[in-house]
Amino acid sequence: MHQVKVVGYLNPATCTVLHPPPCGEGEGGGGRTIRLPMILFLIRRFLGFAVTLFIAAAVIFFLLDLLPGDPARFILGINASAEAVANLRTQLGLDAPPLTRFFAWVGGMLTGDFGTSVTQRAPVAALIGERLWVSLPLALMAMVLSVAIGLPLGIAAARRRGSLIDTGLMVLAQLGIAIPNFWFGMLLALLFAVVLRWLPPGGFTPWQENPLAAFTSLVLPSLALALPQAAILARVMRTALVEVTGQDFIRTARAKGMTMGEAVWRHGVRNALLPVVTILGLQFAFLVAGVIIVENVFYLPGLGRLIFTAISERDLVLVRGITIVLVIGVTFTMLVTDLVYALVDPRLREGGQR
Amino acid sequence: MRRLMTVLSLALMLTGGAMAQESEVRIAVALEPPALDPTAGAAEAIDIVVYQNVFEGLTRIDETGSVQPGLATNWTISQDGLTYTFTLAEGVTFHDGSTFDAEDVKFTFDRILAEDSVNAQKALYEPIESVTVLDPQTVEITLDQPRGDFLFNIGRGDAVIVAPESADNNASVPIGTGPFAFVQWDRGSRVILERYDSYWGEAPALTRATYVFISDTATLINALLAGDVDGTNNMAAEAIAVFEDNPQFKVLVGTTEGEVVLSTNNRIAPFNDLRVRQAMAHAIDREALIEGVTYGYSQPIGSHFAPHHPYYVDLTGTYPHDPERARELLAEAGLADGFSATLKLPPVAYARLSGQILASQFAEVGIKLELINLEWAQWLEDVFTNHDFDLSIVAHVEPFDIGIYADPDYYFGYDNPEFQALIETLNATTDDAERKELASQAQTILAQDAVNGYLFELAQTGVWNARLDGMWQNSPIEGVVLRDIHWVE
Repeated sequence: MHQVKVVGYLNPATCTVLHPPPCGEGEGGGGRTIRLPMILFLIRRFLGFAVTLFIAAAVIFFLLDLLPGDPARFILGINASAEAVANLRTQLGLDAPPLTRFFAWVGGMLTGDFGTSVTQRAPVAALIGERLWVSLPLALMAMVLSVAIGLPLGIAAARRRGSLIDTGLMVLAQLGIAIPNFWFGMLLALLFAVVLRWLPPGGFTPWQENPLAAFTSLVLPSLALALPQAAILARVMRTALVEVTGQDFIRTARAKGMTMGEAVWRHGVRNALLPVVTILGLQFAFLVAGVIIVENVFYLPGLGRLIFTAISERDLVLVRGITIVLVIGVTFTMLVTDLVYALVDPRLREGGQR
Repeated sequence: MRRLMTVLSLALMLTGGAMAQESEVRIAVALEPPALDPTAGAAEAIDIVVYQNVFEGLTRIDETGSVQPGLATNWTISQDGLTYTFTLAEGVTFHDGSTFDAEDVKFTFDRILAEDSVNAQKALYEPIESVTVLDPQTVEITLDQPRGDFLFNIGRGDAVIVAPESADNNASVPIGTGPFAFVQWDRGSRVILERYDSYWGEAPALTRATYVFISDTATLINALLAGDVDGTNNMAAEAIAVFEDNPQFKVLVGTTEGEVVLSTNNRIAPFNDLRVRQAMAHAIDREALIEGVTYGYSQPIGSHFAPHHPYYVDLTGTYPHDPERARELLAEAGLADGFSATLKLPPVAYARLSGQILASQFAEVGIKLELINLEWAQWLEDVFTNHDFDLSIVAHVEPFDIGIYADPDYYFGYDNPEFQALIETLNATTDDAERKELASQAQTILAQDAVNGYLFELAQTGVWNARLDGMWQNSPIEGVVLRDIHWVE
């Protein structure tokens, strides 16, 4: 019984190529339909991953190709002669037909060559690579912080359901969701950098120069990013736990002599984690979007700022490269979510043996 | 006791650190350069970091916009104004240790003029017929026609001297002859320059300069207040008030080379009618516009010329704000009921704000403007390249660019043979007094013809640590020149 219930928490929006049953409804009994061995389960997901990537690459390439505006004219400015612009167009390889450029692009990426940035005249892969050293730790720190803040608060609220603490926490969570992260970031900078001077107001010291300084420059931005995520997590955790607490198996556990606390901790939290993991996977996509804004507020040299400038400077090669990396990141996280899901829910892992 | 010593030595170290900083400066600039080679791109952000700091030209432009000797310490101009003989500075080395000589000069100009050149200002150097190396310290440049602004043009960032060994890598590792050598570029974050100890000229006071890229105004304010940066060359006008009464900062309000104009498509009706353009000029209330757009920090202009330039003539009174007169002129042109037009705006605050204010000012005389917001790339395509527009607002930021009106194919579509002849004479004139006279004639013609709506000169509003000195107040050429910047007690 509880199986179906738990699966019911999943957002139907996550049903994609990557999420074959037990994701959608009408599969009759959710988790029970998975009878394939783990290997097949993995292959299907990896195939879905590859197909999604190819479709995304095509969409990214051709949509950007439709944009008006000549990158060469953009680089050389309004006083440049038509001749210089034409020269630059040729130099940038913008003269070839779209289909040729598309396959050259995809082929290049398979060998790790993402092309050369039109405005920065540097390899896209290297440009993205150095930015990942900022954006990945930032996203990770934000993830960890949001889990560290969100889950305990959610559990605390659920344990004292209906109490003043519960109401207070949920009001806070609602606020956390409502406050835009860039504004929260500015407030954080104002307090901790301008008034208290504990932390830098922004900027980034490279890791190799001073790891501690690099870490401290990520503290405020990751806090700003983590707050809304933590708020969402707290709410999801609370709802899931409250619902699980009402289930038969908790009653059974209590009947076996466990206290309510023990029963919730040993059986409830684990079951409630399922929707939380799904939300976490989805949140990664939101984190990526948040990173673009927060990196601009804290002038961090991350991927978000790179794509922002690349778009405004019409550096299509760079925009494509970053977008595809982000798509890879998000779809890969979905994949990992699936795998973690299998870990958290042994019914999936052992499905084939039943 | 030992602990006390530790604390003391720590304190010493800390103050020592603070003192060492007194020869360093961290400057916030809004835009990060896409690359660092000023000879292969028009982005102002490139010049801001490297011009006169990393790279030098044969001449250099000073704070007043005058030409000063650069790598050429001396020059003679032949009687006919066609042959320039430059004597080059001695003992000059590039930052990679290689020696600078006349061959580098020849290489630089050959590269600008090459068939496959991507120099944004190639046209400025096209009068060059030949560059001849006379000896390692002397170079002769011959022009096919006299050019009064030649010495200025070779002082621009587009004509800085580069070496054949390093030119191809200047986009990411710039190597020049300037007082500051490039150290590192943390993309997305900062560029670090360090004093070049073998610099041939006078050593600058600063030992190290860091350009930090902060585009968000609120973030920039925080960074300044927190002491994370020592100043910025251009703070958004609406934020100046934060620093004006703060004794720790000083605000430098100056002008730039950016004339903000209401670009008008002179090719099409009704803008091909002088009376309509005059009516629009009378409809503009510059004072209200400047107050609304730049909080009063900009200077009004009446023609296409920078107010700080020695040749500037104040023509703001040519068509004073007079809605009544504007309506009369429209009626004379057969447009008594006014007309509708589109105003295509690029994505910069001054243009978008000016557009809204102008729309309401024009509405008073019966001209209905439809505002269309464009991205830069789109603007370049629609307005600049395809001339598909009625009106637009943009700042023309090149120094001394009045000559663009002599090109009938330029996007304004202004075709006036008299003006074209005048510019030709101006270009060919080398005598300063004569040039001044010709330049003022040119300005007057543009003002009277009301080719474009002349709005205001973009201001440069720097905010700096009060103890920093030597920054340029005006910006007659793009750049944040470090040469004279120093800390004072």
